[in-house]
Formats: sequence, structure tokens, C-alpha cells
Amino acid sequence: MELAQAEITTQTEPKKTISVTGSVALLEGLIAEGTDVVFGYPGGAIMPIYDALYDYNEKLQHILVRHEQGATHAAQGYARTSGKVGVVFATSGPGATNLVTGLADAQIDSTPMVCITGQVFAHLLGTDAFQETDVINITTPVTKWNYQVTDASEIPAALAKAFYIAKSGRPGPVLIDITKNAQIQLFDYEGHKPCNHIRSYRPKPHVRKEYVEQAAALINAAKKPFILFGQGVLLGRAEQEFKAFVEKSGIPAAWTILGAGAIPTDHPLNVGMLGMHGNYGPNVQTNSCDVLIAIGMRFDDRVTGRLDKYAKQAKVIHLDIDPAEIDKNVKADVPVWGDCKETLPMLTALIEATQHTEWVNEFRAFDKIEQETLIQNELNPVTGELTMGEVINQLNILTKGEAVIVTDVGQHQMVACRYAHFNKTRSNITSGGLGTMGFGLPAAIGAKFGTPDRTVVAVIGDGGFQMTLQELGTIMQSGVEVKIMILNNQFLGMVRQWQQLFNEKRYSFVDIKSPDFVKLADSYYIKGKRVTERDDLVGALEEMLNHKGSYLLEVMVTKEHNVFPMVPQGCSVSEIRLK
Amino acid sequence: MSNSNIETNQQQEFTITVYTENQIGLLNRIAIIFSRRKINIESLNVSPSEIEHIHRFNILITESEDVVRKLARQIEKQVEVLKVYFNTNDDIIWQELALYKVPTDTIVEKVIVERLLRENGARAVVIRKDYTVFETTGHREETDKLIEVLQPYGLIEFVRSARVAIIKDSEGFNAKLREFEREEPGQDVIENEFLDQEKNVFTM
Repeated sequence: MELAQAEITTQTEPKKTISVTGSVALLEGLIAEGTDVVFGYPGGAIMPIYDALYDYNEKLQHILVRHEQGATHAAQGYARTSGKVGVVFATSGPGATNLVTGLADAQIDSTPMVCITGQVFAHLLGTDAFQETDVINITTPVTKWNYQVTDASEIPAALAKAFYIAKSGRPGPVLIDITKNAQIQLFDYEGHKPCNHIRSYRPKPHVRKEYVEQAAALINAAKKPFILFGQGVLLGRAEQEFKAFVEKSGIPAAWTILGAGAIPTDHPLNVGMLGMHGNYGPNVQTNSCDVLIAIGMRFDDRVTGRLDKYAKQAKVIHLDIDPAEIDKNVKADVPVWGDCKETLPMLTALIEATQHTEWVNEFRAFDKIEQETLIQNELNPVTGELTMGEVINQLNILTKGEAVIVTDVGQHQMVACRYAHFNKTRSNITSGGLGTMGFGLPAAIGAKFGTPDRTVVAVIGDGGFQMTLQELGTIMQSGVEVKIMILNNQFLGMVRQWQQLFNEKRYSFVDIKSPDFVKLADSYYIKGKRVTERDDLVGALEEMLNHKGSYLLEVMVTKEHNVFPMVPQGCSVSEIRLK
Repeated sequence: MSNSNIETNQQQEFTITVYTENQIGLLNRIAIIFSRRKINIESLNVSPSEIEHIHRFNILITESEDVVRKLARQIEKQVEVLKVYFNTNDDIIWQELALYKVPTDTIVEKVIVERLLRENGARAVVIRKDYTVFETTGHREETDKLIEVLQPYGLIEFVRSARVAIIKDSEGFNAKLREFEREEPGQDVIENEFLDQEKNVFTM
């Protein structure tokens, strides 16, 4: 279509249209969808979009990352703290393939994200053109939906659909691949129309009232009911509804790591963390309860341990928005399909107000054992080298549980999830399902953009930090305030722990050397400090938190320290080991 | 869905019927739900349904009912999938179509072939001087049997379609689909208009 032709069309069409490029339509659409920040990296095939972005500087903030993977994790961090859709720009070929890890992470952790990739000209598709990669097919398994645009006129509808799919129902990542010709092409733009319906897509299953009633009957008759909650509570923005349900039912509730913070850490009915490195009581009691109420969680193998010995004595009620999760790993006696924002109040209305004092006290008894045999020594050691646990404990005291804690993956992640205090929802940002090392630093950058008023602390191991440390450049250039805490045990600690426990201490390639992290930070103009002594810890943490701007604190911790409790692989949750 | 009484963890043939939008890439999206578990798709038929814009897949696999149920739910949650059914062989009527190309002179000379063809329910689609194409429809064993029969007579080429299956208990399918399309018509698939159209592409 020639420009002149486009203008003629504008005059004859009764609809009010303007002739714009695909790139402009894309940016207008992003703004209309409420996007305020984009994490991205330019390149040849996305240049027309970046050219248009030059004029949108005031309406749309663009954060230049140092690697496209960093853009995806930043978008995830942003989405997880803000509840909005994270947006990423990347070019074709290597730019697009670098998104795959972040997409996979967002897919398995249900994070709403829209990635826009540039693509070679439409006539070159399939010719192995420069920086051409079949990004649609590469990303199909790791996206909720993806679509290739070859004509500018497709952009408004595709983008609206992308946002709707990313954020509705069980959220997830979406990718739109736009050929360069479509970015340049002029077309008659009618403005952005949000999408709120797709005929083949049912984001939420219909709530079946009879199942809610059956669930309520089971709960009312239960002597030892137990709640497991996951990220579904956060994603459904159902924290209040969940709290009301827990408090009326009087049922002890334990969380998956992505569900942490849905109710405050110190809530009397919050009995702790589930899973391989979760708390003692919740794991043991899973195999003692009579009714198991799973809310917005998917019975991951790291939560269930050995499935054939998992809660066999209990009736299982499973609340989930995704019908594919029901009966996937654990058979539900009562499947409560639907959005827990709707189903929880229905359930709360039907249950009797109860207190399960004795049953809750059983959890407290297990907690006491765990405190005495393990946690006390972890959090308050007086001799020996620093422990990860005491660093998190001191951080809790100083931040009073108000900070957003972003973690990477490994031992420090389990320690942080176990011991960090969360007063607020959307405070624990971690890579759960995929276990992506390198997630922490870029996710923390995005987390801060998602919630600028809160303190964001990135807790990262010496291994994971080195996977995405180039994002220090992003911090430097954007001026975003991130408190980086490297817990350095000079090992790839979690693998080392397994090698110690299960491979006779054959420490195969877990001995990792690090650069001088403080000097590294300094070269990015980020203030930093290294702590090795217990006496210096609190002062250093205070300095980090009080410093205006980003700060990197490296804490040298015990080298060969193991995370316990632990449900060894192939064991049942009740076989959890305290040491 | 399936009302079979057979043990849920016993492997057997399942025919999965999927109604979908007509969308580029959806075939891959559905196929990887099988391939990521290393499940072999034994036969796959994709074609427009009787309703405009709606396509119908027939996918044949051998698996346990438990696994098939999970697969069906994961297929159904794809954005462009309308509905998924899975059925055992008891629940469906199915056919495969087969074409057989044989030299005409052999057929003409050996009268016995004609009788064999009649016994196998085959019919001639094309008769030329040099070759004849026969067609038959039936279950796998039936179409296989005719290969064996024709092999000695100089079978030149053979092709078989995927299984197509009608669900015995499908009351109201057509009416529901028609109503669905009538209420909100689907969209035409948008293809790449620019392949071999370099001149029409906007370049910088």
C-alpha cells in the first residue's frame, strides 16, 4: 500500500482512521493496555519499532538490558510485584532465542508477559535470512499463545489478544513476532480496542456449585483439615478472600514458595512452607490430615515427594482455575474448578466457624522440634562462620518484613524462602517451577519498577549471580535502586549438598571461583562491601538498606552448609529429615 | 468423554477428536503435547469440519485412559481449541481409506484378481492402459489384507489415509457447532501474502 493510497482510503472510509506505521500502532496499543515500562534490546529486525519508540520516550519508559534473558526476568519481576503484564522487546534470531529461558520460566510459574520480537521481512521467511530464526515454533512449548504478524493491519488485534491471553485465566507468557515489513508498513489505524473475549478460549471454568457444597461438607466434617496454598491466591488477587476462609475455618495453612506472603508470615494459622526444604510440621502432617484443601497450587514433585505415599489417608479438595491441573498429579475427591476469588467466598459462606486448636497445636509441637534442633542454630549462631539463615534473620529484623525479597536459585533461595518474613503479598519473587539460576538480579530490577516505593532486596548465590551479572549495567544506566546481597559459599551449594548426601562427597564441578564482586560493582559505579565477620553483619546490612541507590553486599558464609529439613528424592513427605 | 469400563491404567487405542479454529501453528501446538511425553501419534487426520472456520482433528494413540485424560485437558486448554473428546474403539465407528495402484495388464489377464477385489470390497477409481487404481475403506486389518492380495500382482504404489472416526454418542454435535459459529462467526486464517512478492514488501 502506498502512502497516497492510504490517504485516499482514509477520506472515503466513514470510520475515523489515521494512517500510521505498524510500529506506531504497536506502541499506541501498549500504552492503551497500560504499559508504562518495556524491558528490551534493539537489533536489526526490530529497528522500526525502536525508531518509533524514539518519539514515545515520555509515554513509555524503555529499560535497556544487557542480554535479552535479563529483559524477560525483569518483566517477570515487574509482573510479579505489580500484578500487571510485563513487556519485552527483542530482535529476531539470537535476540529471540535469548528469550526462551525467561518464557519457559514465566510459563511454568504462570507469569503474565508479552514479548514482542522483530522478524525478518515476510518475503524472506524460510530462506535462512540474516538473523532469521523460527521463533514461533521455538517458543510454542513455552508460551501460552504466540502469533506471527506479517501485515501491519494485524497488529492492533494481535496485541489486544496477547494482553488478554497473558493476564486472563491462568496467566502466562505470550509472544508476538512481527516481520520488519509490517513494522514499517502504513495502514488505516482505528485506535486500540482491548480484547475481552475469544470464542475458543475459556479463561475460567464455570464454577460448579455442587462441588463447592461437597467441599464444604467435607471441611465441616473434618477433624484434621489442612490447607495448602499456592500462587493461585496471589494471581487471583484473592488474598482477602483466602484470609477470611482460613480464619473462619480455623484450618492450619501451609504455602508453596510461590504462595508465600498470601497471608502474613506471622499469621497464627500460617504453619509454614511445604516441600523438599519446607517446614517439618507441614510435611509430616500432610500424611496425618484427614482433609487436604489445595488452593491455587499444582502439586509439584518438589512439594509432594513420593506420590504413592502422599496424603493417601486424606480426602483431597482441589481448587484451581486450570482444569488441566485437577487430577494431574494428585487425584482430587472434590474438584472445585474456578477462580478462587469466586470459589473461596462461596466456600467460606458454607463452612462453620471452627477452631481446630488441638490440631493446630500439633503443628506447633513440630515447629518447636524444628526450632530447637535446627532453626535456632541456623538463625542465631554465636560461633563459627556466618550462616545464610542468620543473614536473612538480620534482614528480617531491619526490614520488619516489609521488603520485597527476590531470590535466585539454590541453597540461598531455600533459606530465604524459609526464613524471610513477609507482611505483604507479592513480596517473594523467585523462580519456582523452572529453577532458573540467573533469575535473581534481572528479576529484582523489574520488581523495583513494579513497586517503586518498596525496598527490593535481591538475595543471590555466587553461582547464579555470575549467570546474569551483566545486568549490573542495566542498574547502572537506569539508576534503579536494588539492594543486592550475594551469599557467597564459594560453591554451587545445592548440587554440592546433593553430592555430599547422595554421591559420597564426589564434588564434581561445584567448586566455583568468583571475581571480586565488590570491585565488579565498583566498576559499574555501584557501592559495595564484603562482610566476613559476624560483628560486621548488622552494620553492613544497615548501610546497604540506608544507602541511597543500589548497593552490593557480599556476605561470605559457611562453605559446606546443608539446607535442612530435607525430603530426599524418592521419599515420602513424612520421611522428612531434620539433619 | 469416554464411558469405557476398562481399567484406567491399561493401554489401548484411543481416538482423540479435537475441534479447533483454523490457525497456523496450532497443529504444532497440539502435536507437542504428545511429543513432549514421547508418545507416538499413530494416525492423524486434520480437515475442515462441516462448519465453516472450524477444523476437526482425529488423533490415534495407544495409551492408558489416565494419560489420555490428562492429554485431553492439556489440549483443550490451548487458546484456539474449542472442544476435545477421547474415545476407545468401542465408542466409535471408524474407517481408513486406501488406494492401490496395480498394472492393468496383470489385472486383465488374471481373472482371479477381480474376485479378490470383490471379496475385499474394493472398487476401481481409475482404469488406464498402463495402470489401474483401486480404492477400499475399512479398518487397518482390512486395508492391510488387500496389500497382501495385490502384492503378487505387481502392486506399484499404495497409500492409506489417517483414521477418521464418528463418535457413537455424539448427539447434537452438529447443531451445537452450527449454533456456535452462527452466534460468533470465526475468522479466516491470515497467511503470509509476501512470499515470492518481494516487490510488494516495504523495505527501508
